[in-house]
Amino acid sequence: MEELPARSEGPVSAPGEPGAAPAPAAVPPPGDAALEARGLTKRYRGGQLAVDRLDLRVPRGSVFGFLGPNGSGKTTTIRMAMGLIEPTSGTVEVLGEPMPRGVRRVLPRVGALIEGPALYGFLSGRDNLVRFDAADPTADPRTRAARVGAALDRVGLVAAAGKKARAYSLGMKQRLGLAAALLRPRELLVLDEPTNGLDPQGMREIRTLVRELAADGTTVFLSSHLLDEIEQVCTHAAVMAQGRLLVQGTVAELAGRAASARGRLAVTTPDPADAVRILKEHGVTDLVAAVDRVTGELPGRDAPDLADLNAALVGAGVRVRAFGRERVSLEDAFVALTGEGFDVAG
Amino acid sequence: MSRAERQAAPAPAAREAYPLRRLSLFRSEIGTVFRRWRTLALLGVLAAVPVLVGIAVKVETGDGGTVGHGGEGPAFLSQVTNNGLFLVFTSLAATLPFFLPMAVGVVAGDSLAGEAASGTLRYLLVAPVGRTRLLLAKLTSTLVFCLAATMVVAVSALAVGALLFPLGDITLLSGTTVSFGEGLLRALAVAGAVALSLAGIAALGLFVSTLTNSGIAAMATTVGLLITAQIVDQFPQLEAVQPYLFPHYWLSFADVLRQPVYWDQLLDNFRLQALYAAVFGSAAWARFTTKDVTA
Repeated sequence: MEELPARSEGPVSAPGEPGAAPAPAAVPPPGDAALEARGLTKRYRGGQLAVDRLDLRVPRGSVFGFLGPNGSGKTTTIRMAMGLIEPTSGTVEVLGEPMPRGVRRVLPRVGALIEGPALYGFLSGRDNLVRFDAADPTADPRTRAARVGAALDRVGLVAAAGKKARAYSLGMKQRLGLAAALLRPRELLVLDEPTNGLDPQGMREIRTLVRELAADGTTVFLSSHLLDEIEQVCTHAAVMAQGRLLVQGTVAELAGRAASARGRLAVTTPDPADAVRILKEHGVTDLVAAVDRVTGELPGRDAPDLADLNAALVGAGVRVRAFGRERVSLEDAFVALTGEGFDVAG
Repeated sequence: MSRAERQAAPAPAAREAYPLRRLSLFRSEIGTVFRRWRTLALLGVLAAVPVLVGIAVKVETGDGGTVGHGGEGPAFLSQVTNNGLFLVFTSLAATLPFFLPMAVGVVAGDSLAGEAASGTLRYLLVAPVGRTRLLLAKLTSTLVFCLAATMVVAVSALAVGALLFPLGDITLLSGTTVSFGEGLLRALAVAGAVALSLAGIAALGLFVSTLTNSGIAAMATTVGLLITAQIVDQFPQLEAVQPYLFPHYWLSFADVLRQPVYWDQLLDNFRLQALYAAVFGSAAWARFTTKDVTA
């Protein structure tokens, strides 16, 4: 785990900002992917094509956001990667080994939360973890109690560890599922909708946990339909729709590739009419004025220096409260890529 | 997956380190079965059968009458008043056709399908438990339940028999009288034969359990197969298939109570149970190791 290459991308905290462009120096060698799918296809017996020739590469050390509407094939992809489902064609390698052949060697190094937690309601939280730990043939039974205790501690469930799991709230179940994924140090963590059912405080804690794990060198593969969540923690992302991969890359690249990548100019001012006039003179188009705010599209070529533009406004007597480009969100990028609302099923 | 299971040997370092770890799953599996409220309820019902039979016999014979009115009711019923040990045999004879195999069908049918229904199966598999290893653990826990269920009936019957009726030397079916100590040993052997009789339905239930993601459906199917087999076994016209029905030789356990023990049917029973275990165990393995786990 310690020998993993340094994370190849910019800081997680600022993926959407200009400074977060990929650092070309630390690009891992080809093949050194935590998860790699080539032509991965799954057709269920009913004939339904769930995943269609998927090529996906999750670099080691990345926090990889896996996006897509419900029914887009995300979970089927994850199940194939975890050896639960056999691909119809194509391959998927996890930590360098093809699945499902490599399950015994690979999966002890992988923690997974798939389609929500599943627990034995009649067992206590602690006994649930003991059971999942006992299922791993490479786990030393002598240190089981310590592992279970540490995992409970990590997700903040120590106080509720003795309670029967059926009495747990959804958030507690989610935490216990995460604890099972964290029973041992993992090289890859696959988290399918990890913040489902959590309150805002719980979601924050999960994000902090993901950042901590990533800082330790764990590759995190995070599926979510919450764009905000992906944008906050991920370095890379891929978008699926109707079983196909639409796009993959760093979060900064994705935001940059969207049509509206250059954010609109936004001026907050009590003098919108004057502001519109001055901006128009400087070539800003598509101006929209509100009570105290003006936005517009900067010209693609020969764009004026923003500082000059601001000076021109102030020079003309426009009182400027705020001035700058609007930040492009991943959601803007997503809508630009797919041309559809996010939660529309494929 | 079957291809995968054979090729993928565990890493050598991990193989040597902890010999105990191999048993962890089996302990966990057996513990999980016996900590379910449902399992305890089944065992409770089984324990109640000898109590009911014992009390009924005691009440009926309280005024000096005889039981059964001419040999009706389960085997050995008429001997219970003379010797409480016979309550063990009569209780096993009463529960073997339906109660015992139904309980086994519930546990076996739910074994994998129940885990699939609750979703815990996918977490066991990504642990990674190993599909063959999990199947072996499920088979083991089901067989342990067969033994436990039989012993619950036997022990409960012995306790009730000792409380309500006299104990002493026992007259076997062949007319020979043996000591109470040997009678107890024979009772133990009978319980063993009954437990082995349940191996066939245990394997059958495990196979059914690999076919569905619904625990209830698997239990119902297994119990349905039991009833069907019992019905088919009643019709003289279907004589040709009867020797291949898993319940066909079940009542052969009575042959343990002969001097010398009459082995023919007992061995036929064990062979048939072994055949069912082999056929349906293999079928379960073939199905489970290649199955797409979508639950």
